[in-house]
Amino acid sequence: MADMNPKKTPIPEQEPSVRARNFMEVSLGYTAEMAMQEARRCLNCKHRPCMTGCPVSVRIPEFIEQVAKGEFEEAYKIIRSTNALPAVCGRVCPQERQCESKCVRGIKGEPVGIGRLERFCADYMRGKAVDTQLAEPNGHKVAVIGAGPAGLTAAGDLAKLGYDVTVYEAFHTAGGVLSYGIPEFRLPKSIVQSEIDGLEAMGVKIMTNMVIGKVLSVDELFEMGFEAVFIGSGAGLPRFMNIEGEDLVGVYSANEYLTRINLMKAYKEEYYTPIIRSKKVAVIGGGNVAMDSARSAMRLGAEKVYIIYRRSAEELPARKEEVHHAQEEGIEFLFLSNPTRILGGENGHVNGIECIRMELGEPDASGRRSPSEIAGSEFTLEIDTAIMAIGTSPNPLLRMTTKGLEVNKRGTLIVDENECTTKEGVFAGGDAVTGAATVILAMGAGKKAAAAIDNYIKTKNKSND
Amino acid sequence: MYKILEKRKLNEQVVLIVIDAPYIAAKAEPGQFVIVRCDSVGERIPFTISDYDREKGTITVIYQIVGASTMRLAELEQGDDILDVAGPLGVATEYAEGAKRVAVVGGGVGCAIAYPQAKKLHNMGVKVDMIAGFRNKGLIILEDEMRAASEQLYICTDDGSCGFNGFVTDQLRELIDSGAEYDEVIAIGPVPMMKFVCRVTEPYGIKTLVSLNPIMVDGTGMCGCCRVKVDGKIRYACVEGPDFDGHLVDFDELMRRNSAYKEHEQAHICRLTGGVRNG
Repeated sequence: MADMNPKKTPIPEQEPSVRARNFMEVSLGYTAEMAMQEARRCLNCKHRPCMTGCPVSVRIPEFIEQVAKGEFEEAYKIIRSTNALPAVCGRVCPQERQCESKCVRGIKGEPVGIGRLERFCADYMRGKAVDTQLAEPNGHKVAVIGAGPAGLTAAGDLAKLGYDVTVYEAFHTAGGVLSYGIPEFRLPKSIVQSEIDGLEAMGVKIMTNMVIGKVLSVDELFEMGFEAVFIGSGAGLPRFMNIEGEDLVGVYSANEYLTRINLMKAYKEEYYTPIIRSKKVAVIGGGNVAMDSARSAMRLGAEKVYIIYRRSAEELPARKEEVHHAQEEGIEFLFLSNPTRILGGENGHVNGIECIRMELGEPDASGRRSPSEIAGSEFTLEIDTAIMAIGTSPNPLLRMTTKGLEVNKRGTLIVDENECTTKEGVFAGGDAVTGAATVILAMGAGKKAAAAIDNYIKTKNKSND
Repeated sequence: MYKILEKRKLNEQVVLIVIDAPYIAAKAEPGQFVIVRCDSVGERIPFTISDYDREKGTITVIYQIVGASTMRLAELEQGDDILDVAGPLGVATEYAEGAKRVAVVGGGVGCAIAYPQAKKLHNMGVKVDMIAGFRNKGLIILEDEMRAASEQLYICTDDGSCGFNGFVTDQLRELIDSGAEYDEVIAIGPVPMMKFVCRVTEPYGIKTLVSLNPIMVDGTGMCGCCRVKVDGKIRYACVEGPDFDGHLVDFDELMRRNSAYKEHEQAHICRLTGGVRNG
């Protein structure tokens, strides 16, 4: 009989006032007892609605059943069979819009804490040897461009099928957005590294400092003997609002701000990376990247951090838990507000931001109600730093240097239902295709592409026989 | 790891290193840059590639010791390894089509990057006048190399201790006024120098290419730190540059944004992002 408690087993967290000043993980995770207790809330529904909400089809009721029995290694193996990065997904997936949104328990109470349980299993098994059997090499080579969530997932799935996989990463560290974008307090980098170590143990080769499109072209990869290429190059350059004052000192893109902190460790004394130690910060945008920027600014010592969002709380695209955590940590949300210009002093540094109030009208193409300005409602905030977290446009390097690779009007790669691009043997997925989206959607695309690549190579070799 | 195969000082503050980087050497072209990270706590610093040898698989970087990161790099000797080198990045210089005579203007350590431009043009059969400016005689670098890569080398010093007594802009104006017909001017050096070279050439309508040196972090088209304003629009030096039409560049914005970490640098014995031309 399932535990019918309508509420999720609470998860221990650092106190908001303490954690708002350090970069250690906010959520401390379940103990074994808590995990087993939470697992007993699962009804083990025959029709498994939760699984339909998971982009990588984790066999959720099966793994939770094992957790309830205390068989954590078994549970982990079930997750790992379809999900290459469980410790990551348990922490950063928007479960409330995926698996947990489909949970039957959610109808009359809180859904089962699927994300928390996934995280528990991954953390429990961290550092413990799991007997991963290496697949028999099949003699075929695949190149993956970009060691982010899409690329790592594709690489893991292909390695499991026996492919010889090389991942080319432009930066000095693998992980993509998991390394440069998502902060330590939400996703510790040691966890990202251990997931990557797991892939390397499966035989995946990772080459850093390799900017494909510059140092090697996609065509050269084929000449080197790779039979298929997967592009998971991620989101690209930041967008700005094109308002007055964006060229002042103290205006950051969220990408730059977070990269300085996460990849380049500006928050640690021993690192060389400089970053402005702001006192009053405005972050523009309402997504996870905006939440991460605002909460990082707070942790770097800011006294006041605003999030300026042009729609209302209801439309916030960020993960619910992040918004909740941000509010607890003292971030001030200014809804229905939009910057009109950034103000600067004679020294060329930011000293304020002028905003205008907005009101919501009819739903637009995105299905969200479109905001419009209320004339004459301008107001000014005193700030020293503005961080633009309003999205990105695709990185142009690969499309500039690869013949036959077509993009749509927004500059993202065109793919068919199998993640196959307009160039033969080249597949793509993740933000490079969708524009800025989530880790798990990128992983879902990487997974689909791996299956399609396997099919492509097998079919091609059969017809060549 | 990328081994330093050769290291020598060109003057008190300027160092030349030859790095073993076969993948980069195979593709490098004048105008492109690499991102270097000395060790695991280091910054990602952009350096323009001064030279490359495809057969030996090496690239040459010339840098000025201006801050913590370049000081750290200067601690590495011949035989030591640099942790990370990524490139070649940026768009290779696109020269004016059919140019017959070009003035290449270098300022200080910027000559280390102006020189390969002169060499490439010279080898293409273009008549090159090289104008190289230094604060004084003791700081002159690459004199023989620049001479060999140009029709005529004009050395300028601020204090008159060698060559023309004055700025490169004065020398350039003098040459133009005395009848030199340049199809293009390429200016590489400190931002104020590039700005004033553009002021000189604009009234004459001479196309002027500048190589910009904004602060960078990733250098591959992700973070947006290197944004510059060109013709009123945001452009990214790492993937769309570093070369731009100098007459359209907002140099004042670039100078302002390049000074973003000046205070930080003073407080921390200069942890600045030292492009080769800073300072």
